[in-house]
Amino acid sequence: MAASESLTPALPDEELVTRSKAGDGDAFNELIRRHDRKILRLARHITGNEEDAEDVLQESFLNAFTHIDRFEGNSKFYTWLVRIAVNQALMKLRKRKSDRTVSLDEPVQGETEDLVREIAVWEETPESNYSQEEMRRILDDAIETLEPIYRTVFVLRDVEDLSTEETAAALDLSIPAVKSRLLRARLQLREKLTQFFRRKGDNVFAYL
Amino acid sequence: MLTCKDFLGWLNDYLDQTADAETRQQVQEHITNCPNCWVVYNTTKKTVEVYKGMEAQPVPETLRKKLTELIQARCGKKG
Repeated sequence: MAASESLTPALPDEELVTRSKAGDGDAFNELIRRHDRKILRLARHITGNEEDAEDVLQESFLNAFTHIDRFEGNSKFYTWLVRIAVNQALMKLRKRKSDRTVSLDEPVQGETEDLVREIAVWEETPESNYSQEEMRRILDDAIETLEPIYRTVFVLRDVEDLSTEETAAALDLSIPAVKSRLLRARLQLREKLTQFFRRKGDNVFAYL
Repeated sequence: MLTCKDFLGWLNDYLDQTADAETRQQVQEHITNCPNCWVVYNTTKKTVEVYKGMEAQPVPETLRKKLTELIQARCGKKG
């Protein structure tokens, strides 16, 4: 493994994909090294379960390797991989919640403005009041509270930094559906995080 | 003039810089004059920023090793 690490890091993903198609496992292992952190994070966020997330990571890369011939290069390799991982993660989620169907395309309910309740200014740099570890826990826990339809869109758009179009393609949703879910996700998270990040000593009424 | 409801409808496009110039201008005017909507704008912006600022944690070495070996096995090579 040490030898392959020194051979491949400079190559772009596209070249590593070409080599993987020819059966080069070292090239594919370099793709794993580049993307596994983000795929594991995505799987953790969607499934909310460590064991499931690790399964999703493994199955996604094995699946991608097995079907690498189907990747035609119309998108980035990473986007294609995300699509596979999202599908695997949603399958896990559906299995865990067999009593409740997990559907991404059900219509959003209620008025958007009802999601805005807390009006409080935040600390200028909220992250400076917490350790990295505390911050991670606060942010992860907040995502956990969202319904799958919101958290999946939020994770792809704002955590993994996919475009609206890429997110829509990965989730088989329309662009307006991605947009409305993203707005709701952001507003719900804003609401949750306000409990932690509001400026100390502030009085809500000062801003009314 | 935008209402607070209109503002909310444009919030994401404004934050993601996908709103056209005229809309951007209207949103800007609205949040300058409406303190509540300014707070919503500012805290939503920070919400997105704190998430974007988080690095993904490394994959446990045992997990990565297992995966690498599975790939090697599929190639018919030794791991």
